[in-house]
Amino acid sequence: MTTARTIAFTLNGASVGADVKPHENLVELLQAQFGLTGARESCGQGMCGCCTVLVNGRAVSGCLYLASFADGAEVTTVEGLASGDALDPVQDAFIETAAFQCGYCTPGFILMAKQLLDEHPDPDDSMIRHYLSGNLCRCASYPQIVEAVRSAARRRLRRPSA
Amino acid sequence: MMIKDVIPGFELFRPRTVADAVTLLDQHKKDAWKIAGGNDSLSWFKDRLKRPKVVIDLTGIAEMKGVKETADGIEIGALTTLTDIENSAVIRKSYRLIADAASKVASPQIRNVGSIGGNLAQDARCWYYRTGLPCYRAGGNACFADTPEGQNREHALFDANRCVAVSPSDIAPVMIALDAKMVIRGAKGERVVAAEDFFVGPRIDITHMTQMQPEELLVAIRIPKAWAGARFYFEKVTDRNAWDFPLVNVAAALRTDAGGVVQEARVAIGGVACTPRRIGVAEETIKGKKVDQDLAQLAGQSSTRGARPLNYNHFKIPLMANLVMRGVRDAAS
Repeated sequence: MTTARTIAFTLNGASVGADVKPHENLVELLQAQFGLTGARESCGQGMCGCCTVLVNGRAVSGCLYLASFADGAEVTTVEGLASGDALDPVQDAFIETAAFQCGYCTPGFILMAKQLLDEHPDPDDSMIRHYLSGNLCRCASYPQIVEAVRSAARRRLRRPSA
Repeated sequence: MMIKDVIPGFELFRPRTVADAVTLLDQHKKDAWKIAGGNDSLSWFKDRLKRPKVVIDLTGIAEMKGVKETADGIEIGALTTLTDIENSAVIRKSYRLIADAASKVASPQIRNVGSIGGNLAQDARCWYYRTGLPCYRAGGNACFADTPEGQNREHALFDANRCVAVSPSDIAPVMIALDAKMVIRGAKGERVVAAEDFFVGPRIDITHMTQMQPEELLVAIRIPKAWAGARFYFEKVTDRNAWDFPLVNVAAALRTDAGGVVQEARVAIGGVACTPRRIGVAEETIKGKKVDQDLAQLAGQSSTRGARPLNYNHFKIPLMANLVMRGVRDAAS
């Protein structure tokens, strides 16, 4: 029963391996074996977006995603966005715009914004809202969050390498 | 007290081909649980209400992914994600109805992993059933939604039979409107089933939403060319603007001649019965005519004939009439 298996994947740019139980989800794996707590389970059913992780560039709900699914994939968490001391333009924009109060939902919003800007570098507001519709902010910082994404888009267009 | 959010253990198999998956399903039959995106599955597992011994992860089966153009239309692999359907060039160009509906399902995170097959085969969302009560659908002998105090505003208007749960899928009515064919594979071979026959109500099988057997696999969906480039309309009404399941949704496909006279029409509604409901009366009302507001209204109003509301879902009757009205009017215009 429930034999653990070894999976190999890329985590924030580094090749890693892990022994996972069949019923473990991606958030449990990241927290227990890699000490990464940016993605956290909140609602447990895909409504809130707090557990958002990028898998092959696409945002997924890590709490509804079996860890085994990550075998061979490229996984990015909020901890992997900065390079050294330089934050990702999306992170800079969230700070400058004060697009959070408690910050609990912020990693999820930032990763979803990252997928959005990778696919649509210059999104309009309805596109921003469409992409962020799976993330909830109980502090209701939504106007600042939308502004932060607009600002991040401008930053990235200025620095296309980022 | 119910322990939640701790998934009981299971054995996980990861077949790479349809043939291997079918062999595994045949070996384990009712003990096996198929998982694709996992959105529906993990919510059952977390609540510890479904505890399969064996889980068969389909996500490694490459032949079940992607959209192919064929001589007769398109074939969509059952594992194709809703995001890939939303973005598919051929779907956007010729079968926009599917992309419109896919873009309205749940949230981006869920669409990024959720498959079209999983969306079509998903289980009922009646909250009494999903809480683990021993209702008819769970194999018990009662309905907790259809009682004087039962909270049933999301439940059925039509074809209830002991169970009053509804089809929660946004893609299902689209499949009816486009006359899709479901390709099902089992140990005995392949069978192809029309979308209208794929979904079953409680009168036929109260514990399943489709006619698929536990040892069978939905491998692909074929959309006939007959409806390529037709006039389409999809709308979904929900309590929340994101993540939510439909209270009622509508999918309409029409063909008109150069003068705007409707030649062919297929209209289907979700959220009002245990299966997506084809609205033949609305189709007949508009065929051979030009659709104006009055005719669309007539189509909408006739579509609700025979509705049997429960205590709290009367609002679905005018909602359904309006959606059918808008479906035929705005698809035609």
